[in-house]
Order: sequence, then structure tokens, then C-alpha cells
Amino acid sequence: MPAGTLYRGREGMWSWVAHRVTGVLIFFFLFVHVLDTALVRVSPEAYDDVVATYKTPIVSLLEYGLVAAVLFHALNGLRVVAVDFWSKGVRLQKPMLWTVVGIWAVLMAGAIYPVLGHAARELFGS
Amino acid sequence: MATTDVELTGSTAAYSADNPAPLIEAPRARTPRATPSTPRIRANVELYGWVFMRLSGIVLAVLVVGHLLIQLVLDGGVSKVSFAFVAGRWASPFWQGWDLLMLWLAMLHGANGLRTVINDYAERDGTRFWLKMLLYAATVFTVLLGTLVIFTFDPNIR
Repeated sequence: MPAGTLYRGREGMWSWVAHRVTGVLIFFFLFVHVLDTALVRVSPEAYDDVVATYKTPIVSLLEYGLVAAVLFHALNGLRVVAVDFWSKGVRLQKPMLWTVVGIWAVLMAGAIYPVLGHAARELFGS
Repeated sequence: MATTDVELTGSTAAYSADNPAPLIEAPRARTPRATPSTPRIRANVELYGWVFMRLSGIVLAVLVVGHLLIQLVLDGGVSKVSFAFVAGRWASPFWQGWDLLMLWLAMLHGANGLRTVINDYAERDGTRFWLKMLLYAATVFTVLLGTLVIFTFDPNIR
């Protein structure tokens, strides 16, 4: 371990880093998302035009990334709550992280078709 | 004038097993403030923030995952989202309330998270102060704009 750092490595630190990075990404998306939704007060056409970009293949891929970030942040956040409030939480923090990663992987596999199917049909024909 | 029983000499050399030095008790409790620079009120605000992150996080996990399910997975995914779809959902007070609660909790949860990130990485006092002012201004603007849009939505705008 390099001198003069508080970082301790291993699962605890990396889940903390991932929680931070996904949190900041989601927050910046939230600003954009409130602004694009506010276009419903301008006109139906303005809103539908902007939402059309959400349906393009590249942005669909970004949406898949957004789903990945939200699901990790939500599941790991529940793990943090368990570590703080559940009497066995601290002892089980590591198995709980692997449980989080497992559930996340299953949900991400399940999200491939609904989130990316539309983009695939557009790119490769239906 | 009578002589006193104990002679004060300023030296411990006179103490022995037969004549032990007086025992000074260790303090039994911490002083109320951990450090003088952290007043009680501010410490409590941080505690409430910590509790809020956990409570809002549990509620947001349900609200946001439900939102993703409705918008991106069910009924054709993102391809069905349009002005008409929004109008259909916001015709119901239930979904208006869902979106309003999600907006407020997510913005406050995210703003408090980013405040922590700024405090951690912005080392100069001025940088930290102005980044947080920018954060608070953007947060207030976005929360008010979103709230206004939900409450003033007009399906017959055209």
C-alpha cells in the first residue's frame, strides 16, 4: 500500500468507488432528464422530437449503461443500509457485495432484450 | 499558629509506599463537543443528512426501478414514449404523485451526495464554496422546474 493514503483496496473500497461514480453519473443524467421532460410544457412536437433521440441505437446503448448504473447504485445502497442497521451487516458485507453483483448481472442480462432490442431491430432490420 | 499536617514541597520525592501520592481520577465522560470547531447544531445536520440518505435511498430504489420498468421495459420499451404517453400517465394523480416524490427525493439525495463528493475532493476553500453554491442553485432550479411541469401539465396545450 502506498504511504499517505486512506484507500485500503479490496471489495469494500471498490464498491465505495463504484457507488460514488454511479451516483454522480445518475445525478447528471437527472438534470438532463428533468429538462427534456420540461419540454412537454413547450409543445408536443418539441417533446417528441427530443424523445426521438432517446430511441436511436447509440442513445439506447447509453440507456443500457444508465440502467447498469441505477441498478448497481440501488442494490449496493441497500447493502450499505444493511451494513449500517443490520446486526450481522458488517460481518456479511463481503458476501452481500457478491450477492449484489450476482443480482445485478441477472437483471442486466434480462434488460438486454427490452432496452437494446429496439436498437438492434433498427440497426439490423427486423 | 498551628503547623499544618501536610507540607507542600512541590516535589514527589517525599511520597513512598507508606505515604502514597494522591490519585487523580481520569475524566469519566467526554466533553459535549468533540472539537470546538464542530458546533453541535452542524454535527446534527450531518446526522440528519446521513439518515436521509438511507431512508430516501430505500424509497428511491422502489420508485426508480419501477420507473425504469415502465419507461424502458414494459409495453415496447422506450419506443412507446411520447407526449401522448406522458399525458396518459399524468392524467392519474397516483403517477403525478409518484413522479413528484421521485423528483424531490432523487434531487435532494443526489445533491447531498454531490455535496459530499465536493467536500472530499475540492481542497481550496473558495473552490469548495463556489462549487457548492453552483450545486445548490442547479438543484433548486431543477426541483422547482420539475414541480412546476408536473402541476401545470396541460394535455390540450395544442
